[in-house]
Amino acid sequence: MRNKRFFSRLSDFVEYGSFREEEYTLSPSHKANIDTDTPENRWLTSVQHSERSAPVRLMDWLKLRGFEVFNNLYRIASVIICITLIAVLLSVVVFLPPFGSDDNPAVNEVVERYVSKTVEETGATNSVAGMISAYRGFDTLGEAHVLFVAACSVIVLLRVDPSERRRGRLVDPGMTGEDLDFEPNSDLILRKAAKLLVPLSFILGLYVILNGTTSPGGGFSGGALMGAGLILCSVAFGFGRTQRFFGDGMYHLVKTVCLASYALMMAYFIFMGANGFDDHVWLGVPGSIISGGLILPINIAVGLEVACTMYCFYALFRKGGL
Amino acid sequence: MTLFEGILLAFLIACAISVSVTRNLLASIIIFMSFSLIMSVLWLTLEAPDLAITEAAVGAGVTSLLFFATLKKIHAIKAEDAKSEEDESDEE
Amino acid sequence: MPDFLMNLFTNYYETAAMILFGIGFTTLLTHRNLIKKIIGFNFMDAAIYLFLAAKGYIAGRLAPIIVDGNTDPSNYVNPIPTGLVLTGIVVSVSVTAFMLALTCRLYDRFHTLDIDEITHLVRKERD
Repeated sequence: MRNKRFFSRLSDFVEYGSFREEEYTLSPSHKANIDTDTPENRWLTSVQHSERSAPVRLMDWLKLRGFEVFNNLYRIASVIICITLIAVLLSVVVFLPPFGSDDNPAVNEVVERYVSKTVEETGATNSVAGMISAYRGFDTLGEAHVLFVAACSVIVLLRVDPSERRRGRLVDPGMTGEDLDFEPNSDLILRKAAKLLVPLSFILGLYVILNGTTSPGGGFSGGALMGAGLILCSVAFGFGRTQRFFGDGMYHLVKTVCLASYALMMAYFIFMGANGFDDHVWLGVPGSIISGGLILPINIAVGLEVACTMYCFYALFRKGGL
Repeated sequence: MTLFEGILLAFLIACAISVSVTRNLLASIIIFMSFSLIMSVLWLTLEAPDLAITEAAVGAGVTSLLFFATLKKIHAIKAEDAKSEEDESDEE
Repeated sequence: MPDFLMNLFTNYYETAAMILFGIGFTTLLTHRNLIKKIIGFNFMDAAIYLFLAAKGYIAGRLAPIIVDGNTDPSNYVNPIPTGLVLTGIVVSVSVTAFMLALTCRLYDRFHTLDIDEITHLVRKERD
């Protein structure tokens, strides 16, 4: 018994970071289920005091306390497994080449090729941008589709039909909450700060997208900045104002046009490259904004799509629709 | 190892542990937000400025906002304000 | 100090990443609250990104942005881990959003975030 209490106290420590005074029990609903399952439970408790053989007693005890014991054992086992995992991983780190050395096996001829030929072949001075949208463009196309599919599945899970909402007849009343008709009556400080910050974040996002070929950034980071600006706008000024320039139709239009044009550009790249044709794309002047050939339009398409997706996530979580 | 990087890495691990032992959901999400900000400074020390911009916008901005929106949706923020103790013991 | 401990100290970024991975995995396993589990999942993501980017770093070199037409590869760090991690960060956000949406639906259905209670309620419903 003392042993068991020790384990439960240990698991408390693991769970909450401190010992609790009362004995660890399950949450009330479990406890109710265990204690007041009337006829069978009463039988069990009455039988407990009569004479039985050890295995039967063990079985009864497990029936009563099995869930709890399993929980404690599970928690201890998981901590042991995690400590073992950390030990195994650290023992691998011991045999890695030293941090920051240039004879690392990851630094091979592929890296040399990418760095030395990026400007010449793609026109982008930021070799990361050149790599992710030209050399490894197929991978990035798949990633844009991952974003698209994630937004679609969140729409499927959280969308509330506007016509149903208007008629006050909801399929799932749990979904309504008070958030749907709740327009944030935000305070003065937030609105004044947002007036300053929303244009700034849009401009910074545009800058990062357009300069993606010459400086750090690109479609993903700039798109996330613009999406954050949209979210800030809807937090400070309410969804109604945001809907005036970015509604449901606008979202679908921007998203599908961007994804389709991106796929078309990549298809052109792949078709020309696979057949050994010259793809007649003007690479521009390396170092200026108009450079990098198709990387600039790809960055714009990806940036708009990421911005749409981020805002779509937030709007769906807040009010179940765009 | 510079002192700066050592402090940042130690703070990263401290953030992760304190999320694991905090019982308040709102506090753990704010700790997660600061974790993302420290990550974005670490990307700069690793000479990856692209990642620093993305992490600051995505990790500290959008992901944390999604967590907050979820807490709002399941009424956890209001509940934690009003009746802190017994509600948390229910949640945990 | 023994040799392998010195190695752990030399590879300090990797060591921190691995400890972070372990803490994230522990959070994922030991907590019953779904939101805590999702945060633990995000920690594991971040640990893997940190490991990848640390393997691409080379001391004394600059970020892979070519300045003044200097295309000598020995001036720049490895750009490949940066590209991979950039992809991974955006994917992890969409995965997080999907998991949070599922959590919302589970809360609407069962009015709890406790995974044990949800399992219990599902089992009771099935019987």
